[in-house]
Amino acid sequence: MKKVFALLLVAIFFIACKKDAVVPPKELPLPDAIDTSSFIEIDFANIVNGLPLSLQTSTYVSSANDTFSVDMFKYYISNVQLVTASGYTYTEVESYYLIDQSAPNSLSILIKKVPSNHYTSINFTIGVDSIRNVSGSQTGALDPLNDMFWTWNSGYIMAKIEGHSPQSTNVNKDIKFHIGGFSGSNSGVRKVSLTFPNTANVTKNHVPVVQLSADVYKWFAQPNFTNFSTENNITSVSLSSKKIADNYATMFNVVSVVN
Amino acid sequence: MLKTVQIFFIIILLSSCAVDPEIKPIVTQDEIKEIVPDGWPTPVYNFSNNPLTIDGFTLGRYLFYDPILSSDNTISCGSCHQQFAAFSHAGHDVSHGINGLLGMRNAPAIQNVNWLPAFMHDGGINHIEVMPLGPITNTVEMNETMVNVVAKLSASNKYKQLFTNAFGDNTVTTQRIFKAIAQFMGTMYSYNSKYDKVKAGKDNFTAQEQSGYTIFQQKCASCHQEPLFSDYAYRNNGLAVNLVVNDSGRAHITGNASDRFKFKTPTLRNIEKTAPYMHDGRFTTLDKCLNHYISGIVTSPTLDPQLVSGISLSSQDKSDLIAFLKTLTDTKFLTDSKYSEIK
Repeated sequence: MKKVFALLLVAIFFIACKKDAVVPPKELPLPDAIDTSSFIEIDFANIVNGLPLSLQTSTYVSSANDTFSVDMFKYYISNVQLVTASGYTYTEVESYYLIDQSAPNSLSILIKKVPSNHYTSINFTIGVDSIRNVSGSQTGALDPLNDMFWTWNSGYIMAKIEGHSPQSTNVNKDIKFHIGGFSGSNSGVRKVSLTFPNTANVTKNHVPVVQLSADVYKWFAQPNFTNFSTENNITSVSLSSKKIADNYATMFNVVSVVN
Repeated sequence: MLKTVQIFFIIILLSSCAVDPEIKPIVTQDEIKEIVPDGWPTPVYNFSNNPLTIDGFTLGRYLFYDPILSSDNTISCGSCHQQFAAFSHAGHDVSHGINGLLGMRNAPAIQNVNWLPAFMHDGGINHIEVMPLGPITNTVEMNETMVNVVAKLSASNKYKQLFTNAFGDNTVTTQRIFKAIAQFMGTMYSYNSKYDKVKAGKDNFTAQEQSGYTIFQQKCASCHQEPLFSDYAYRNNGLAVNLVVNDSGRAHITGNASDRFKFKTPTLRNIEKTAPYMHDGRFTTLDKCLNHYISGIVTSPTLDPQLVSGISLSSQDKSDLIAFLKTLTDTKFLTDSKYSEIK
């Protein structure tokens, strides 16, 4: 696991150090002196219906009143885009992050080369866009070492929950939700747009911190109510996985934006 | 304490021996360039993001033949993909993995794979660079994790050298592994059969081969399209379903009932050498394959419409067709030393 981090860090380092000229995105004519050297930090607090998520040790209750514990919670965030009040956008390149509850370092990401501005909202994708699903071997967050890539039916697992529930009909009472699919009507890729409660003010010397929460409870609540006695093992692309993706599309909230 | 010292010395001894003096380019750059034979379509995969080098190819070649990629270090890619059989598994109906475990399907030939839109009999793998993940991680094949593969290769002095040669430093990554293997597999070109020479005007079919070619064009070529001898579509060719395995084929990937029992049309190049045949290796001879199309077609809802009435062939037609199919044997490819295991 440490190795994965090291790889990730190396990858981030390389990306951050890339020598290619920093061209501000066309759609963002900057009001001030052009400065794209800053960052926004995004912290992810994974929760279950208001309670902090702790792996293995805690039990939670789902919207179906099923008791469950979570052993693993991982998801991809990609193509992060920041939007200003006037609607201008900055889209990060090579923007792929694997958020893994078991890896504390992954719960805080730095969006790079952000132009100085006042940002009012954020867009991103849960999962990995279709192009990276069909482009051969990848590195960093997208390395198949991260165990988020299907080997028998190529494509990324966009988000993954594993755990246990007494209501599960599996022999060892486990629950397993590996949600993938990058194309077609059952795709697991979802776009998320979140409005900040106050602007995130990026300047050269200032890195705002956006805190998001991701709620496991939402995976099984709405719009597709799910109980673990009937749905406890999804490891391929189907209407069932699509319904879970529709649910997890609603799992994010902005907790705070601290300048 | 003594034991520790002994082990220590053994490690030193092993590691000093591990630098393989044999590591050297055994091919010339000219031998491993990208090839698109005259009249062939544009390949699906080219090396634009994976520049072909002697050292990249050589690393891929070592990896292909190294059982270190399997969990108990017993099975290499080359175990089931033998050069003399056009990199299929001679005489084996289904793949054989670690601990003698059997897979469900026949190990396919590896040749001209840059033209494949998708890999495996069901097309589940979408890119040559992630193709090795399938057999490496399959529990009834090589049963290994990429985490372990990276760790084992990183600990090997031989591979430190090979990775350095290929990529400039000895860092082992999955991407480097896969790009190197893609360089080796992707340059397995078979385009020097008698058929190719006839097409280029450099040789002539015998009368029987010519007759077989005419029959082939009339009755086989709609699926086994020249020059690659496949349309790479997924079809149900009327094989009786093995109820024990119940392999749904393409439907396993798409989830569509309309894809049940469909498998990718295989190429016919080097078909003489790739027995046994079909996705599960059920037919041991070409004669049996043709008999299937003549009188063995099993009707089912997803049967390919072209095969509803089977294919009518006289016994003379069969002999002629087989004579033609043997002109697809590419001896140069099957014996080319640059593809062989480095001993």
